[in-house]
Amino acid sequence: MNLFEIKEQPKVYDVVIVGSGAGGGMAAYQLTKAGAKVCLLEAGGYFDPADPKYITQLKNPWESPRRGASTRTRPFGDFDAAWGGWDIEGEQYTAMPGTQFRWFRSRMLGGRTNHWGRISMRFGPDDFRRGSMTGIGDDWPTSYEDYAPYYDKVDRLIGLFGTKEGIRNEPDGIFLPPPKPRLHELMLKKAAGSIGIPVIPSRMAMLTKPINDSRGACFYCAQCGRACQAYADFSSSSVLCIPAAKTGNLTLINNAMVREVLTDPNTGLSTGVSYVNKLDLKEYSIKGKIVILAASTCETARIMLNSKSPRFARGLANDSGVIGKYLNDSTGASRSAFIPALMDRKRYNEDGVGGMHVFTPWWVDNSKLDFPRGYHIEYGGGMGMPGFGFGGGIERVNGLFPDRNGNKKKAGGYGVALKDDIRRTYGAYIGMAGRGEPIPLESNYCEIDPNSVDKYGIPTLRYHYKWSENEIKQAKHMQDTFEQIIHAMGGIPMGRKPDASNNYGLAQPGEIIHEVGTVRMGNDPKKSALNGWQQAHDVKNLFVVDAAPFVSQGDKNVTWTILASSWRTSDYIMEQVKAKNI
Amino acid sequence: MKRRDTLKALSLSSLGMAVLPTTDLVAAPPDPKPFKTTPARIPEEIERDKKIMADKFLTPAELATIGILADIIIPAEGKSGSATQAGVPAFIDFIVKDMPQYQTPIRGGLRWLDNHSTKRFGKSFAGITPKQRIEIVEDIAYPDDVKPEFSHGAAFFSQIRNLTVTGFYTTRMGFDDLGYMGNTPNDWQGVPQDVLDKYGLKYDPIYDKKD
Repeated sequence: MNLFEIKEQPKVYDVVIVGSGAGGGMAAYQLTKAGAKVCLLEAGGYFDPADPKYITQLKNPWESPRRGASTRTRPFGDFDAAWGGWDIEGEQYTAMPGTQFRWFRSRMLGGRTNHWGRISMRFGPDDFRRGSMTGIGDDWPTSYEDYAPYYDKVDRLIGLFGTKEGIRNEPDGIFLPPPKPRLHELMLKKAAGSIGIPVIPSRMAMLTKPINDSRGACFYCAQCGRACQAYADFSSSSVLCIPAAKTGNLTLINNAMVREVLTDPNTGLSTGVSYVNKLDLKEYSIKGKIVILAASTCETARIMLNSKSPRFARGLANDSGVIGKYLNDSTGASRSAFIPALMDRKRYNEDGVGGMHVFTPWWVDNSKLDFPRGYHIEYGGGMGMPGFGFGGGIERVNGLFPDRNGNKKKAGGYGVALKDDIRRTYGAYIGMAGRGEPIPLESNYCEIDPNSVDKYGIPTLRYHYKWSENEIKQAKHMQDTFEQIIHAMGGIPMGRKPDASNNYGLAQPGEIIHEVGTVRMGNDPKKSALNGWQQAHDVKNLFVVDAAPFVSQGDKNVTWTILASSWRTSDYIMEQVKAKNI
Repeated sequence: MKRRDTLKALSLSSLGMAVLPTTDLVAAPPDPKPFKTTPARIPEEIERDKKIMADKFLTPAELATIGILADIIIPAEGKSGSATQAGVPAFIDFIVKDMPQYQTPIRGGLRWLDNHSTKRFGKSFAGITPKQRIEIVEDIAYPDDVKPEFSHGAAFFSQIRNLTVTGFYTTRMGFDDLGYMGNTPNDWQGVPQDVLDKYGLKYDPIYDKKD
């Protein structure tokens, strides 16, 4: 008996898709709707936000013994929908000395769309041509006009709220009505507006009005991060993968950890993939006429680099050697503040949608700055649901205001006075976070670690990532801006202002979970792995539809662009099949 | 689906029915204490929580002292009950096992407290009078005004205060004390008019548009 037999499925699918997040979900949805027989492989388990066995939405903190605190499996809290995290047992990664990258994964149907903030911004025209505009970085092989019709289609299919603002590089979409700002958001808009910083309605993928019969409308529990049982927000499982399965054309295989893409040694075309079934730990292979990778920026690069053969000695479709390079994540820095004017608030339910109702798009002319790209600002605050950490650090706040009789008091304390301070300061905090565009660098990359395999025997990734002065200067600008806004609100910034000693609070690479760029598109096959259709230069029946192909990322959270570009590539695939080109 | 239909569907299914003990209605193997943790776990999470709950870290004596401190920090008064009434010691007992980084500071802090109490009043913190306890707490409860010889006690007290406040306000009693009104399906229509008036704020007309 051969213990290491590879179980080969005789069936040949029209398309094999690896990964069920935004990109893989959209391709599965479009291709199954068009009648293709699709096999969708997901490295984690099944997930349906409406199935009671997965529901954490509307649970109370005392239903968690840790009151919703984070764990290794759910770094964003015990009630977060997404499981996996930065540190998965037996699925390690490494970084070269002196560099760092933190890799967040969600091993489940829908992937990281179960975690994301639903912030849904289109790239603007400039975001596709920063290289030629500024002389630093590279242009995309495509332009805004290529994606605009697909952004429109995504808006209609999935739904998002927002307002038409007419800002040139923040293109308007087809918007549902935005939720009204909460009290602190109105105050932020007024304060920031007074110093020339715009605050506009956010653009997020929750249904403030119903758009069809299969999804409900938002009921304002602020818990999109726990996944919506009414399907009133976008996640790939509820909006794309499950509807794709309902066509009858989808074969979904969960717990399928893909090892490599298989190729025909004669033609060099992809013929399918091999994977480890995480449940029985046996090796399988699936055949497909077309292979689409959507395993996430770094996992897709890992699969391609691990798909080595005599014909593809540097990894699949990697004659250029570019795969893994130009890895880039958003910049991120944040600050919080105490707002005395928000003390002693009247109580009412202001949960709202899961996240901010307003935000600040990039507003400064870079020619007046010492760094080349911009950022947007996200805002938090309000009378939210208490969870683990609630009231933490009250001793840093309750010495800042007098007691009810106007007497100065000492910070800290205990007893009846402390309870009163907790009540009085409830809902009186705000937070703000910048999310900015980095310069993609060839020297920031992931590669196969020559010395390490995961518990399935698949060689793992080793990272090499360092921020440049551009990102550090951007973080400094964020911190200065945050303090200006806080002071304009009459607020008191919390903690020490981050400074040069800590890179101005700049998050570690990977921590913002917006990484893109490892399998970049381009017109020159010597400098890119894919053409403008996200099709491999070297293997014409191989496509990538996550964010790995993106040349850059703007300061726009990339999910909406993943959805638009995956749809565009799906249309291209169907045209090419009809024309018998693939 | 219209919002009111969603709300109706929710109230019939997950909201209303989830609290019914449906599992008790079917024949189950005799298990006097069915394992209960956060809803919707994956298997490895259940295994981990089972192990944490089966483990012991804090001793009964340590937990008793934590209960005394917690009720000094969050006493019962006109508006709500005390930390121990809200189950704070059991929460702290769990959390120090879940987050081992708390173990040495909490255990060591309790030892500091008992040692200090014994030096000052001849008995451990649990053995002295309520008045004597408050004398000690007054020396360690205000971290910006603490004498150098009490700095370790103050660091410990801030940590216990944070855990106690979190443990109390993440209960139904804490929600009611705070007046938290969310975590329930609703139709957000903005800040109430009287609040807008108080702050001199108003909504932009774009929010009046229905489409």
